[in-house]
Amino acid sequence: MDIATHVFSALYQFGDAFAFLVLSACGLAVIFGMMGVINLAHGEFIMCGAYVTAATVHAGLPLPLGILAGTLVSALVGVVVELAVIRHLYDRPLDTIVATWGLSLIATQGTLIMVGSTMAGVGTPFGSFQVGDYSYSIYRIVLFCAALGVLAALYALFNWTRFGVLARATIQVPHMAAALGVDTRLIYSLTFACGAGLAGLAGGLYAPTMTLVPTMGATFIMEAFVTVVIGGADVFLGTAPAGTVLAVVKSAMTSWQGQLFGQIGLLVAVIIVVRVLPKGISGFVLRERT
Amino acid sequence: MSKSVLRGLRAAALTGTLVLGSSLGSHPALAAENPIKLGVLEDQSGDFAAATIGKVHAIQLAADEINKAGGIMGRPLELVAYDTQSDNTRYQEFMRRVLQRDKVDVVFAGFSSASREAYRPIVDQFNGFAFYNNQYEGGVCDGHMIVTGAVPEQQFSTLIPYMMEKYGKNVYTLAADYNFGQISAEWVRKIVKENGGKMAGEEFIPLGVSQFSQSIQNIQKAKPDFVVTLLVGTAQASYYEQAASANVNLPMASSVNVGQGYEHKRFKPPSLKDMFVTTNYIEEIDSPKSKEFYAKFKAKFPSEPYVNQEAENSYLAVYLYKQMVERAKSTKREEIRKVIALGDVCMDAPEGKVCIDPKSQHMSHTIYLAKVGADHSISFPKVWEDIKPYWLGEAGCDLTKKDPMAQYTPSNPPPKP
Repeated sequence: MDIATHVFSALYQFGDAFAFLVLSACGLAVIFGMMGVINLAHGEFIMCGAYVTAATVHAGLPLPLGILAGTLVSALVGVVVELAVIRHLYDRPLDTIVATWGLSLIATQGTLIMVGSTMAGVGTPFGSFQVGDYSYSIYRIVLFCAALGVLAALYALFNWTRFGVLARATIQVPHMAAALGVDTRLIYSLTFACGAGLAGLAGGLYAPTMTLVPTMGATFIMEAFVTVVIGGADVFLGTAPAGTVLAVVKSAMTSWQGQLFGQIGLLVAVIIVVRVLPKGISGFVLRERT
Repeated sequence: MSKSVLRGLRAAALTGTLVLGSSLGSHPALAAENPIKLGVLEDQSGDFAAATIGKVHAIQLAADEINKAGGIMGRPLELVAYDTQSDNTRYQEFMRRVLQRDKVDVVFAGFSSASREAYRPIVDQFNGFAFYNNQYEGGVCDGHMIVTGAVPEQQFSTLIPYMMEKYGKNVYTLAADYNFGQISAEWVRKIVKENGGKMAGEEFIPLGVSQFSQSIQNIQKAKPDFVVTLLVGTAQASYYEQAASANVNLPMASSVNVGQGYEHKRFKPPSLKDMFVTTNYIEEIDSPKSKEFYAKFKAKFPSEPYVNQEAENSYLAVYLYKQMVERAKSTKREEIRKVIALGDVCMDAPEGKVCIDPKSQHMSHTIYLAKVGADHSISFPKVWEDIKPYWLGEAGCDLTKKDPMAQYTPSNPPPKP
């Protein structure tokens, strides 16, 4: 086997881990990293996206439209949740833990009761390609590109659009933003919906590759939280480098010693980063810049 | 926030309990009698629920049938069911509750081997009586337990030689990383070696892992002739879809797939193509007994997604219990074990004839080799009738003489007298 094969396989594994970390985390980066709501129901927003995607695909829609539907439905659910629950808890961040955890229990058990213990999968599109001795799934490359696309879109949204500026202003100094005429309640709702929609997008993108069960959100939530915690408050400057660092550690450890050590490596890396950079990677980067 | 902490919190809040009286109302004569209480501890939510809700339904079906026909010795069967939430600590909690507070006569409990080993010491401590109606890695030699599921000498001694003959002698094992996966992998290793093959590789996957890109690559690197998949839980089932989309295209052999988690129904074809499973029951089995059982099940639970082997194990276990109690004229464990010691506790189950082995209190089974086709249809290339759970007895476990209340493995057999 030549070197190019090895390099490609290492890159592919890195990209795969990166996509999973970034897509799991970006919705949470908005809701937890930026808004400060400790959203334990993040996994259930992902599950919602995956279920809606699968249901619409079963109903005959093509997969991309299904994923779009999953994203939009999750965002809508996000609006409802924000209006009903989260809105009243912005100055009580610890209480959001209990509230969102309760929501996640209701969502998991409600799905189990109403939809049943499993849902039929939709099948992974695009097939595979061969490099050297290994064959790879094309869809995993699509996931990697989607992760990059989401990061770019988030950067553009929060830096180049009026909504992005208002959202950052509202979250930094809410009363000042309100005094300047910003409808902060609307901005909070929209930002939360954006985070929930991104979670739904992650669910929709992973729906073809995974078992669809009410508890599927749980497989995303650890990766999502550690990525956001070490990334820090900035959505783009946090999530992108955090995803890169963790994906390198995880894919290297997994290929060297197996899945268990991949997970151990991931968590050890998190401990080290949090110890060295208490404000996360983005806190470090931004302090350097100013 | 770690996943296990989350789960723990989640479980602590959900001590949701559910007591299901089976339909006593229609039998006023029976209801007056002192009921026989059967505790049901199965996962009705959480990671294992897909495979185990059917067990609860099967027990309800059997209990209803028995109650309609007059109960056990004229006493109705009353179910005391709790949802164990795929959580080992819930098993311990509810096992104490059914034995101490509800004072049940017998408990039907457990899916994962981790949960069985979590509750088994409690059954031993309170001198309870439990049925484990699940296939597993074998080796439990405990007089307080009856195991109605299949064990490795029934599932692997049949499956692995068949696969090695058909596809080749290089074997790769992909197993869940806990006692079931580790001990089952040890069995595969042993049988592969005995048949002159070699292990191309082994990987153990922590429960809850859902991303398999690296494992898929490891398998392709090792170039095995077939892969033994001993993956457990719904998260790990994502492997098949991911392996199919990466075009791994290797035959697979398993003791847990299809017969437990009906992956061939849940995933889009052809991701489970060329999966071979040894199971003592699945709903596709085409015999009059099986068809009758399936029809009864569907009549009572029309929305049941699949009737799997553990549902059948649970169903026949209720009838075996009825037979033993009626023959012992008592629900006391000592009296029932005297009946088992006679060695003729048998019944015509949906799968075929089954008997309890007195030495190990495990069951003989008809083992069906199920093959999943490209369109996910099931065919049965081979059937082995009356395969006995011989290993424990041969290794030196004899519950009619001595009750060590222990679990043994090929590398840790019972001590020689």
